[in-house]
Amino acid sequence: MKIHEYQGKEILRKFGVVTPRGIPCFSVDEAVKAAEELGGKIWVVKAQIHAGGRGKGGGVKLARSLDEVREHANAILGMQLITHQTGPEGQKVNRLLVEDGADIKKEYYVAVLTDRATQKVAVMASSEGGMDIEEVAHSTPEKILKEFVDPLVGLTDAQATNLAKGIGVPDGSVAQAVDTLKKLYTCYMETDASLAEINPLILEGNGGIKALDAKFNFDSNALYRHPEIVAYRDLDEEDANEIEASKFDLAYISLDGNIGCLVNGAGLAMATMDTIKLFGAEPANFLDVGGGATTEKVTEAFKIMLKNPKVKGILVNIFGGIMKCDTIANGVVTAAKETHLSVPLVVRMKGTNEDLGKQILKDSGLPIIAADTMAEAAEKIVAAVK
Amino acid sequence: MSILINKDTKVITQGITGKTGQFHTEKCQEYANGKECFAAGVNPKKAGESIFGIPIFGSVKEAAAQTGATVSVIYVPPAGAAAAIWEAVEADLDLAICITEGIPVRDMLEVRNKMKAKEAKGGKKTLLLGPNCPGLITPDEIKIGIMPGHIHRKGRIGVVSRSGTLTYEAVAQLTEIGLGQSSAVGIGGDPINGLKHIDVMKAFNDDPDTDAVIMIGEIGGPDEAEAAMWCKANMKKPIVGFIAGVTAPPGKRMGHAGALISGGADTADAKLAIMEECGFTVTRNPSEMAKLLKALLK
Repeated sequence: MKIHEYQGKEILRKFGVVTPRGIPCFSVDEAVKAAEELGGKIWVVKAQIHAGGRGKGGGVKLARSLDEVREHANAILGMQLITHQTGPEGQKVNRLLVEDGADIKKEYYVAVLTDRATQKVAVMASSEGGMDIEEVAHSTPEKILKEFVDPLVGLTDAQATNLAKGIGVPDGSVAQAVDTLKKLYTCYMETDASLAEINPLILEGNGGIKALDAKFNFDSNALYRHPEIVAYRDLDEEDANEIEASKFDLAYISLDGNIGCLVNGAGLAMATMDTIKLFGAEPANFLDVGGGATTEKVTEAFKIMLKNPKVKGILVNIFGGIMKCDTIANGVVTAAKETHLSVPLVVRMKGTNEDLGKQILKDSGLPIIAADTMAEAAEKIVAAVK
Repeated sequence: MSILINKDTKVITQGITGKTGQFHTEKCQEYANGKECFAAGVNPKKAGESIFGIPIFGSVKEAAAQTGATVSVIYVPPAGAAAAIWEAVEADLDLAICITEGIPVRDMLEVRNKMKAKEAKGGKKTLLLGPNCPGLITPDEIKIGIMPGHIHRKGRIGVVSRSGTLTYEAVAQLTEIGLGQSSAVGIGGDPINGLKHIDVMKAFNDDPDTDAVIMIGEIGGPDEAEAAMWCKANMKKPIVGFIAGVTAPPGKRMGHAGALISGGADTADAKLAIMEECGFTVTRNPSEMAKLLKALLK
C-alpha cells in the first residue's frame, strides 16, 4: 500500500527524522492560510499524488509571496499531473502540501528495502540526491552504496557511518546523518514497510540534515497490525476496479489489451496472459480468482472484467485441483447469463471433474467456445476478437 | 528414489485442527501411503485428543519425540505462521513445509535470520519449503500439501515451480503424454522463503531416479538466474524452462508477493535469456513444456 508524501513525513517525524514544517491542504484558500500560518518568506507548494517524478511534471512550485502560493495552488489543484510513473493519462491532484522553503546545500538519496537475495534489509545511500535513482543505478551504479542489515542486530553505528561518510556528508554533520539513517531503519521495520525512501535528504546551510521528501510502500500482508497506516489509504489514487475486486478477494490488475482473462492461481494467470500475447493479442487484465472460487466470485469477476470497455473477448483458464471444474462451469454459466455476455468467451478447464464441467458448458446453450490447452484457448480467443 | 520425501517419511501437521488443515490432512491421508505417513498433529489446546485417527500433541518437539516424525507441514494462519516455522526448527526437524499464504515479510525475515544464526552456531539445519506454496509430492508414495493427487503419475521427471497451478499444469502435461514424475515441488510465491530453485535443482541433479527437470519461474527476484548459473556449471540432466510474466507491467504485484518487477534484471525476458544462455531449453509457450521435455529424452 502506498501513501502520500505528507503522510510519510508525519510517520518520519514520529520516528524523530527532521522534516520541513508543512500543512496538507485540499483547497486554494486552505493553501494560502497554511502559508500564512507557517510564516516566513518562501514556501513550496507540492502536488500530493502517489506517483513519483512530480517536480518534472510541474507539480512542485516555489512561492515567494502569498499571491504566488495562491497562483501555484490554483494551477496545481485539480490538474492531471503526468509523470513517468502515472501513464499518459496522468493522475488528478486532489491534495497539496504547503511547506517551509529549505536552504539546500547538498542533496542526497537514502532508502531502505528488503533484499531477497541476502534475506537482509538493504539500506542504500547515494550522493546523487534529487535525481531519478533508477537513472543513477543504470549509469553510475558505483554511486549507490549499500549496507545489508541483519534484522536480529539492526543497523549498526559502523554501517550507518560508512554510508554517511561514503556519500560525502561533511564531518560536522555525520552524527546527525547517522542518527537519521538509524531512525529511518527503525521506522521501516516497525511500520512493516516494503520501501522507505527519502529523495532528497538534504544538507542545509547550517549543517542540519532534513528529509525533503518521503516515499513509503507497505507490506499488504502486515496491514492487519497497522490500523494507523490503513487510515492513510487514499482510494482516489487506486484503480476503481482493483478496489472493487479486492472486496471479493480477487487479485485484479487493469492492463492495456482487449482480452479479459479469468484464471485460478497467480502463476497460471501470468502464463495465460503471456500465451495471449504469444498468439498476437494483449491481455486486458490480470485476474486470479484464487483457490476457493464460488459461483458468486466468478460472477463478480466477470462483472469487473466487463466494466473495462476495451474488453472484446474473455478467456477463462481453470486448473481444477481442490476447486472442481463443475463448480467453475456453473459459475461461468451463471455469470454469462447475469451479465448478458455479448463478447466471445473461450473456456479451458483441466483437472478434477473436467468432463462434468465441459458438459455443463455445453448444456447451457450459450455460445461458449471450448479449448483443451492454454495455447488452443488463446488462439481461439484471439481469432474470435479479430 | 525421489527428493526430500518418500513413502517412509513421517509427518507432523501444525494447524491440523483448523479448517484448511483438516481438509488437506484428510486428502493427504487418502493419497498412497498417507495413512502411515501422517503420524501426528499439533495443537496445545487439544493435546491428548486425536483427529482422523492422528494423535494431537501439545508441541512439535513432543510430537517428534513420540512418533519419530522428521517433517512438518504448516497450515497455521498468517499471524502465527512464522512462530510455527520456528517451533519446527527448534524441534530439529529435517524439513518444514509452510503452506500458509499472507505471512508478513518482516516475520519471514526474522525467522530466516534466526534459522541461519542457529546453523552458524552449529545447530541442526532444518530445511524450509515455502511459505505460500502448494507443498511437494512424490507420486504413488506421499503427498504433503494441497496439490490434487490424481493428476500425478510415478516416473522420472522432476518439476519445480513457484506457482501452484502452474506446477499442476506442467504435471498434467507430463502425465498426459506418458511421462511420470519423480517429485514435484512448489517453492512458493513469497519474496523471503526457504528452498529456492537452485536448492531443488541440486537435489534433482543428485537423485538417480530423476532423468530431466521442468523448471518454472516468475518475474521478480534473482532466484531463477542464480539457479540457471549453477545448472550451467553443474547440472547433468536436460532442463526445460519457462518464466511467467512476459506481459506483466513493472511496479505491479501480480498476485504473489514475490511477483513484482523491481530492477531491470528480473523481468521474464531477462530471465529467459539467462536460462537459454545456461543451456536450458526455454519456451514462451507454457502449453508445450512437457512436449519439449519429451523431445530432449533419448
